[in-house]
Amino acid sequence: MRTKFEIFKIGIKDVAPHLLSVFPFGIIFGAIGIELGFTPLFTYATSIIIFGGASQIVFLQLLSGGASSLIAITSVGVINSRHFLYGAVLSEYLQKLSLIKKLCISYFIVDQGFAVSNQYFKKNPTEEFNHFHLIGSGIILWFIWQVSTIIGIFLGSIVPEELGLKFAIPLTFIAIIVNELRKIDHVLVMIISGLAATFFYNAPFKTYIIISPLIGLLAAIMINKVKK
Amino acid sequence: MSWISIFIAGIITYFTRMSMVTLIRKEMISDDLRKILNYVPSVVFPSIIFPGVLLDDFGAFVTINDPKIFGAITALVIGFITRNVILTIVSGLSSYWVVIFIF
Repeated sequence: MRTKFEIFKIGIKDVAPHLLSVFPFGIIFGAIGIELGFTPLFTYATSIIIFGGASQIVFLQLLSGGASSLIAITSVGVINSRHFLYGAVLSEYLQKLSLIKKLCISYFIVDQGFAVSNQYFKKNPTEEFNHFHLIGSGIILWFIWQVSTIIGIFLGSIVPEELGLKFAIPLTFIAIIVNELRKIDHVLVMIISGLAATFFYNAPFKTYIIISPLIGLLAAIMINKVKK
Repeated sequence: MSWISIFIAGIITYFTRMSMVTLIRKEMISDDLRKILNYVPSVVFPSIIFPGVLLDDFGAFVTINDPKIFGAITALVIGFITRNVILTIVSGLSSYWVVIFIF
């Protein structure tokens, strides 16, 4: 049985490679906030209050483009609605925790942390202090996001736009899904969701980000029916 | 006004994170549902990857020889073979830069 602190450290270690893309993305976000004409404090506040990379960019872009607050808020909600799915997956492993612990841990549920901690939970379903993996991966992602946002706010212009570092985001997610590429049903579901997202990309309020996973899950249900 | 929107957006985002964790109980998750939830990473991440690679900043298709497509294929192949996160990201990004800066 591993101790709390050991599992916490494994969480940090497992998510660490993804910081390679989270860090530049945070810098890009900070720089975009300033470029769009927001104050450093306002730009940074979104990182601590919303804490959701892509949704923060969309939020500031919409506000600066003259969209109503309602539209900006709705878009953030839609983009982040994928956390419902993460929460549903993680709920099983966080079952025994008290409500207050669940409420605290929830703040740290983000894409990369969910992905690596979920993989750890699946491999070690009976560890008593499993949730410390999610705390470890979540806190380090949170910390790096805060620091990189601040760096971006003050030094963002030193990163040349030609580097195209935004591309690090699809890459970090490719690194997550390669684990499942050896399963044909998963590959099929990935292609269906990905094409759906491309097709619905211009749907209002960024709804593609939740429509396409749901289409993918529907495909998964059908594939499992056929397999039976 | 904008400050209020940050807080509302933050509360909504937090709600998307905590609701399922606090509401779902073990007995609500059947074996069938667990099987489907297994696919969550495989449906969410491609929904971000595909448009991120195939579309440009304005939502239009990129051309087949776009550096992003070259970088993504490299990352997929290297990731598939090595299963190493750092190698996947670094190979994708460096092959992308090779196309941009050398060709």
